[in-house]
Amino acid sequence: MTSKEIILNNIKQNQNIQQIPLPEIPNINEIYENIFEQFANTIENAGGKALQSDINKLNNLILELYPKATKIASNIKIPNLKTIDPNIYTNPHDLQNLELAIVKGEFAVAQNGAVWIQNNQNKHRALYFIAENLIIIVDKNNLVNNLYEAYKQIDITNSSYGVFISGPSKTADIEQSLVIGAHGSKSLYVIFV
Amino acid sequence: MNSHQKKAANFVANTKKMQWHDKALWFVREKRDIASKSLPQWESLREYANQIKTHTMGKLDFYLQQFEENAINNGIKIHWAKDAKEHNEIAYKILKQHNVKKVVKSKSMLTEECHLNQYLEQNNIKVIDTDLGERIIQLRKEPPSHIVLPAIHLTKEDVAQTFAKHLYTDPNNSDPTYLTHQARLHLREQFLSADAAITGVNFAIAQTGSIVVCTNEGNADMGTSLSKLHIASMGIEKIIPRLSDLDIFLNLLARSATGQHITTYSSHYQAPKDNGEFHIIIVDNGRSQFLQNKKYQKSLNCIRCGACMNSCPVYRRSGGHSYGYVIPGPIGSTLGAFKKQKDHSDLPFACTLCSSCSDVCPIKIDLHKQLYHHREDIVKAGLLNKKKQFILKTTALMMNYPKIVDFMGIIIRKTIPLLPDFIVYNKSNIWGKYRQMPKMPKKSFKQIYKEKKQ
Amino acid sequence: MNNKDIKIGLFIPCFMNELYPDACVSTLKLLENLDFDVEYPLEQTCCGQPMANSGCSSDVKNLAIRFVDIFYKYDYIVAPTASCVAMVKEHYEPFFKPDDQNYKKVQSSIFEICEFLHDIVKLDKLDVSFPYKVGVHNSCHGHRVLRLASASELNIPYFSKIKKLLSLVKDIQIVDLQRDDECCGFGGVFSINEPEISAAMGRSRIEDHLNSGAQVMTGVDLSCLMHMEGLINKDNKKLKVLHITQILAGYKF
Repeated sequence: MTSKEIILNNIKQNQNIQQIPLPEIPNINEIYENIFEQFANTIENAGGKALQSDINKLNNLILELYPKATKIASNIKIPNLKTIDPNIYTNPHDLQNLELAIVKGEFAVAQNGAVWIQNNQNKHRALYFIAENLIIIVDKNNLVNNLYEAYKQIDITNSSYGVFISGPSKTADIEQSLVIGAHGSKSLYVIFV
Repeated sequence: MNSHQKKAANFVANTKKMQWHDKALWFVREKRDIASKSLPQWESLREYANQIKTHTMGKLDFYLQQFEENAINNGIKIHWAKDAKEHNEIAYKILKQHNVKKVVKSKSMLTEECHLNQYLEQNNIKVIDTDLGERIIQLRKEPPSHIVLPAIHLTKEDVAQTFAKHLYTDPNNSDPTYLTHQARLHLREQFLSADAAITGVNFAIAQTGSIVVCTNEGNADMGTSLSKLHIASMGIEKIIPRLSDLDIFLNLLARSATGQHITTYSSHYQAPKDNGEFHIIIVDNGRSQFLQNKKYQKSLNCIRCGACMNSCPVYRRSGGHSYGYVIPGPIGSTLGAFKKQKDHSDLPFACTLCSSCSDVCPIKIDLHKQLYHHREDIVKAGLLNKKKQFILKTTALMMNYPKIVDFMGIIIRKTIPLLPDFIVYNKSNIWGKYRQMPKMPKKSFKQIYKEKKQ
Repeated sequence: MNNKDIKIGLFIPCFMNELYPDACVSTLKLLENLDFDVEYPLEQTCCGQPMANSGCSSDVKNLAIRFVDIFYKYDYIVAPTASCVAMVKEHYEPFFKPDDQNYKKVQSSIFEICEFLHDIVKLDKLDVSFPYKVGVHNSCHGHRVLRLASASELNIPYFSKIKKLLSLVKDIQIVDLQRDDECCGFGGVFSINEPEISAAMGRSRIEDHLNSGAQVMTGVDLSCLMHMEGLINKDNKKLKVLHITQILAGYKF
């Protein structure tokens, strides 16, 4: 007998839970009057920041936010901004010295200040974590209220990966003192255009 | 049997440290309260989570097979391990096949349960735990004392000492920001030189054959995105039926664990990277046994948030190392006492049955009821201290005879005030060790009542 | 229905009968002041909680049967304790057949005194004064089993039957504690099994009361209060301990 068979058999033999139906889950979460404001407040509490801009003003905004950054990679085309295309690399290790990564986000969730990233064109998942700083660009029409609405939109079947990012990386493992900048980015901006 | 009591007594003896530990964890509990009260639908979320998990465990074989089928269709390699030994052997085999010399690992209580690190180290594979708390305790050669905050028992000075020794940082600088950023540099090197990444699994979704891993640090993603080989270890109970169920669970998990709305990263792994390999090891290791026991089967619903520990006044004052089981606190006590009753028969008694754990559990596990039932099972198994059992049995018998009880009462109330302190407060008077004895009244209520009625 | 026609069986925890007769007298007084026909059945002894708490619940079966035999004939059973009431309501169930009418009656008619005064009597007036700062210790059985007040863990509207009754007492000041409902560490056999943690938890509650300005600590369970009073006296702290019935029935220092 394979281990799979042993385990499944153990489960069947031991099964003594009174069966109940799988509930249909309705949308019991909040709907917000000012959805951007809710998102912005929530992400700010998590150490990130939400901004609104225009695709043509983005380059200036980004240079304002990170004036010293020279090694910038972006998987989204930003007019008049010199960036590296991260897909040119075969090895994600080559992204290790990035000061700033700019990535496309699919939509933002107001309830928890998270942005959903699922980009089949993006070759290296490391792009979302390895740079010192991270900017996520989201279409300003792509804001949902809550996770219920989020999961209605997510279809992960033809991708290998998707992630909710809700702030810069952090830890409170040392005496419960919150420190921003664990292994992932030390800062996060979500810019709606 | 009293090993929790002995270790806890040691922990409490350092009053300052004990109070600091209690305060730190109460702070986490308070953050959880604020987060849970910010959602008017909180109690409904708990009820849905309870129903989803209970339903799933009731059809566990079905959902596991659905998960496997969908995962394999995604290109994921699935392995089944009936116990810890097999889990370790499978992990090692995969790593060996890929000539792995060093592996980075993100938080997984399952791998802790299986003692994977020791097994791999013995077989010449270096393991680096990348969660900051786990890396600290790994360097100190200690087990974690909490499932979410593994180093909560350590002060920043402790960490400074450890980092000074192993990372050559400034021993006099115990600023958490400094220490964290030093760890970032050190672990970044490890990520870039690792040959494989091992992660745990927060949720495994049957419908899509994918898994979700939640971190604040980004260490799971850093590891998996920088190497070609990803191994994820999951217990059979991590299954949930639908992707949309994550609405319920992700809303509950971080709020219960740390008071955040959601962890910084909630990664959905669906398929291997291009040119990569993605393996999932599905582990039983005694979990299927819970299914048959109506008293304890609900503990399989646990999503490992740690809220019960933060809420437990005994855990906060005794520390995770007092429990002697891989998972401490209320959930650890019920899991341990079921899996290895003799080894952990002290744990259900390391509890006042205050029930706050059951109230904070996001999945509504009846923790306090389970701990009560464990006490009954431990007595039935003959594991209760024989002297205690005799005293209790005799007292119960005596309580059938009111005249004997009344007489005993008179004796106690009359003699105790006459005895000198050194007799009353002798060594076997455990009550009197830290408390003054209550004042003995002249008459019992019954005597007063009888006189009144005459 | 006239209160005079309602028969109440007074259930007194074994240790209260021996060690805290004043609180028992206050309980009786409160009920008699409301004109109920109160009787204290003399054959009662113990509900068996210490044994059950240690896992020896099979030794409690006879005591459970005995309890029901003594008390089933009353319209209500009222007790100055939440933990013993919880014992009877929750842990006696396995000892009786599902259709045992006497047990079912006992289960539905047994009340802790505050519960009884709040839910059944709907008490809205008390002619007593207690001009002191009082901290309410929310004993766990009363709090999370009988739900005498909202537990701080739950997202439900705030309520406290205990504080509502206390607020009927003239001149009283109820203080706000830092931790409204943390366990005191008595836990029955826990106080003997783990005396160090038990003492640490009790001291934490005492400090909280003192830091909040309380002069008096009160609650529904004398088991908790007895444990903390023992610590208070050993540690020479200035905090008086009274059972809630003593305050509600009118107490003079």
